[in-house]
Amino acid sequence: MEKILVGLKRAIDYNVRVRVKNDGSGVETDGVKMSINPFDEIALEEALRIKDRGDASEVIVMSIGTDAAQQQLRTGLAMGADRAILVDAVDSIDPLSRARVFQEIVNREGVELVILGKQAIDDDNSQIGQMLAAIWGRPQATFASKIELNGNTARVTREVDAGLELVDVDLPAVISVDLRLNEPRYVKLPDIMKAKKKPLDQIPIADLGIESSSIIEDSHFEPPAARQKGIIVDDVAGLVSALTEKGLL
Amino acid sequence: MAKVLIVAEHDGAVLNPSTAKCVACATAIAGTEIDVAVLAASAAAVASDAAKLDSVARILTVENAANEYALSAILAPQVVALADGYDYIFGPSTTFGKDLMPRVAALLGLNQISDIMSVEGSHTFKRPIYAGNAIVTVTAPTGKPVVATVRTASWQAVDATNSAPVESADIAVDIPSHTRLVSVESGQSDRPDLQTASTVVSGGRALASSENFDIIFALADKLGAAVGASRAAVDAGYVPNEMQVGQTGKIIAPDLYFAIGISGAIQHLTGIKDAGTIVAINKDEEAPIFEVADIGLVADLFKALPELTNAL
Ligand SMILES: Cc1cc2nc3c(=O)[nH]c(=O)nc-3n(C[C@H](O)[C@H](O)[C@H](O)COP(=O)(O)OP(=O)(O)OC[C@H]3O[C@@H](n4cnc5c(N)ncnc54)[C@H](O)[C@@H]3O)c2cc1C
Ligand SMILES: Nc1ncnc2c1ncn2[C@@H]1O[C@H](COP(=O)(O)O)[C@@H](O)[C@H]1O
Repeated sequence: MEKILVGLKRAIDYNVRVRVKNDGSGVETDGVKMSINPFDEIALEEALRIKDRGDASEVIVMSIGTDAAQQQLRTGLAMGADRAILVDAVDSIDPLSRARVFQEIVNREGVELVILGKQAIDDDNSQIGQMLAAIWGRPQATFASKIELNGNTARVTREVDAGLELVDVDLPAVISVDLRLNEPRYVKLPDIMKAKKKPLDQIPIADLGIESSSIIEDSHFEPPAARQKGIIVDDVAGLVSALTEKGLL
Repeated sequence: MAKVLIVAEHDGAVLNPSTAKCVACATAIAGTEIDVAVLAASAAAVASDAAKLDSVARILTVENAANEYALSAILAPQVVALADGYDYIFGPSTTFGKDLMPRVAALLGLNQISDIMSVEGSHTFKRPIYAGNAIVTVTAPTGKPVVATVRTASWQAVDATNSAPVESADIAVDIPSHTRLVSVESGQSDRPDLQTASTVVSGGRALASSENFDIIFALADKLGAAVGASRAAVDAGYVPNEMQVGQTGKIIAPDLYFAIGISGAIQHLTGIKDAGTIVAINKDEEAPIFEVADIGLVADLFKALPELTNAL
């Protein structure tokens, strides 16, 4: 195939303990480390492996967001992507509009395979891949833990509640990836230098005929209900009696 | 009266308990009439389960050989055909619903709300974000249907004392052939189901091998419990993926949860926030799991666990 498109979302690093602002207007982002959504790194790694095997000729990374997302796209280029597209939009842009942006880029570029993360760890939505597949009228294989390409179909192992499901999807298709698919490569210093020369195109979202707005309104943020700190027992006998006292045994 | 359509989750023979939780969520919206859609190859058994759910007005069945197994590309256009006239279209936030409902929403030209944990108004809901480290109140536009998934761990299944009428729905849609099921591999077990069990015993990386997990199973057997695991234990191959609890695994709400040799990373805690009582056994007294555990025991699990199993 010619082109694989990978979505890279800029998100708060997964090691950061996220805190809600006191006024409930959002979560604290000042001075907080931002990274590529971890699932998206796995998506990119898979695309690069497909290309390395000779099954694709170009890997394009794409982000929808503000200028700041250039940083994550540069990291993607350093990992080995050929070029990057940043579609300028407000970070709060709604999921359906984001799926439409992906569709526009897919059409413009003639992409045959889109690989996304199974969810962004900020909104925890898990929607974009499914929505893109719907408006594109193409198959979706979400939560992938293994991808095998055989000509015009992909055989995908999906991690579902029941266990592992194997599906065949005809290309073009959308695949969203789970954590066990692969181990993303580390970026080396020379690659970072090389990445600076790779193309990064910026497209205003209005040029795609899509509005950048939030349709689902986030009106208030709050921390989750805190759990009471419990007791520490000395030994197994203490554990058994604590459970018995609570009526749990 | 606002009309709600709930897409039933099932395995072809039995209704999944997630459906009764979606019904519970729908009843939290004032003044609703609730229908449940059963899309199956043959729907009778599942429909009769669904008809028992309290507060359900009627069951709509769609029988089609293509519905033998739930594939979203095949189900979504059928749900869309049924959705006409409904104000709410709900599915569970299990892998079934997460896969299906955004596809349904996009076909309808709508956004989707993921993981409703509470209903605050006709179009206002709370949902967890950042692995449950924040709860956000979201408002969907009025005048359009609300498509959403329901966070099953936040809702108590409705009772099953009803006998709602079952009707077969007549819809004509093109079924795509671009997506085909090859096989499903699931660790058949006669243990209680992880997502609905009242007691769950989970093991982490500390178990160090799949053989050692036997001591987790032994305790679970004594307690009649389901068995879960941390991501590290699944990644290491000690147990299969369907046992993973957490942000990327199952979100559960048992009455009693044992975290054995699990450090308590936020991604794991996301999966157990709604557990009744959390018991932690860890040899490191500094392990973050002790910050959320109701009962903690600082001990070597290889010593403490057999002792505990014997004591029960
Ligand atoms: C995007 C993302 C999603 C994730 N999703 C999930 C998820 O869904 N679920 C999940 O669980 N994780 C998830 N993780 C991984 C998570 O961050 C942790 O790495 C993982 O939970 C650690 O598993 P663990 O507690 O078993 O292992 P460790 O963190 O290694 O902890 C092992 C614990 O065992 C204790 N121990 C060791 N030996 C003994 C002994 N003999 N007796 C008693 N105690 C002992 C140690 O003190 C330690 O606390 C995710 C990570 C990312 C980045
Ligand atoms: N703003 C964005 N820019 C680039 N990719 C995105 C964006 N939002 C979502 N995605 C992709 O879609 C996947 C699923 O995201 P979500 O549906 O928002 O949980 C992510 O893992 C990304 O691969």
